[in-house]
Amino acid sequence: MFVLVAGGGKVGSNVARSLLANGHEVVLVEQDRHRHDVLERELGHGAVYGDATELFVLEAAGIKRPPDIVVALTGDDEDNIVICQLARERYGVAKAVARVNDPRNQPHFDLLGISPTVSAVEMVMALVEHEVPEHELVHLLALKKENLEIVEVEIGAGAVADGRRVEDLHLPEGARLISVMRNGAAEIAVGATKLERGDQVLAIIEPGREEHLRQLLCSTRRREKR
Amino acid sequence: MKALVIGCGRVGSTLARALDAEGWEVSVVDEDEEALERIGSWRQQFVLGHGMDSTVLERAGIADADAVVVATDGDNTNAVIAQVAKERYEVDRVVVRILDPARADFYTGKGLDVVSPTRSAIDELRRRVVAERAEA
Repeated sequence: MFVLVAGGGKVGSNVARSLLANGHEVVLVEQDRHRHDVLERELGHGAVYGDATELFVLEAAGIKRPPDIVVALTGDDEDNIVICQLARERYGVAKAVARVNDPRNQPHFDLLGISPTVSAVEMVMALVEHEVPEHELVHLLALKKENLEIVEVEIGAGAVADGRRVEDLHLPEGARLISVMRNGAAEIAVGATKLERGDQVLAIIEPGREEHLRQLLCSTRRREKR
Repeated sequence: MKALVIGCGRVGSTLARALDAEGWEVSVVDEDEEALERIGSWRQQFVLGHGMDSTVLERAGIADADAVVVATDGDNTNAVIAQVAKERYEVDRVVVRILDPARADFYTGKGLDVVSPTRSAIDELRRRVVAERAEA
């Protein structure tokens, strides 16, 4: 396919390289003269000099053909928005992907229908929240005298518990489920209660049972990736 | 009547003063504090920040503004802020400066009220050249 990439920084140039390696046709637009010249040595005619929010620059890059997709990866969110609007509405490009540099600008992309978007900050945050166990299992209450804890866990997609009944989970000694909340309604967890992804489960556990509970209730994706 | 003037350069600052003189409540937004010096003695609101930042727009009172003038030094910044003012905050009157005639045409076509000084200059220069030829 034919891809127009706007912005030849680290992100843009590597996206262009990867696309070329996969056999696609790529034109990369870069507005910094020096940076463009460096890229031109590598990409030849695939590197176009200019501001990708200027119509004549987009046209020199072949936007009238039109490309199968335009990828707006400059370091300026307003530029990425304008590039996508021009590509789609002025030149009839079917697909446009935009990079969000400042996550506070995400609502502007959404408001103007620029989708899909990619935000490095949001991706890192999603990974951090996924990797850090505290985010999967919330300690709600420590019963000091009893040496027990009440925790809240969300049943993850692909978790052992997803689609299983509580009695089939073979919960370890020192861990019992209290209740299951689904669609805003809670019920007491009994042996026959069937668990589903997205359920908010309250459990009572002895300290140190967190990891075992997590293995049963949380998504397995985290462990598979290691 | 209340207006937000986003971008306090030559155009924004002069316009803010003019609206102020006509009795408007005017709130000026610019990311550079020194921009305020352009207006001289300014008794009305000045909000330091970027017009792309919704919290800045809200502090400047966009929610109850009758008009928004977008005149920062960036065409793309102006185009985006104007669309946000119009579509998110539903301001009745949004006028935006876009220097590049090509983008000015595009956003006019999308329903923005665009002023393009470059386009105006081209048209005026052309008109005078043609007029002088007619006189000669």
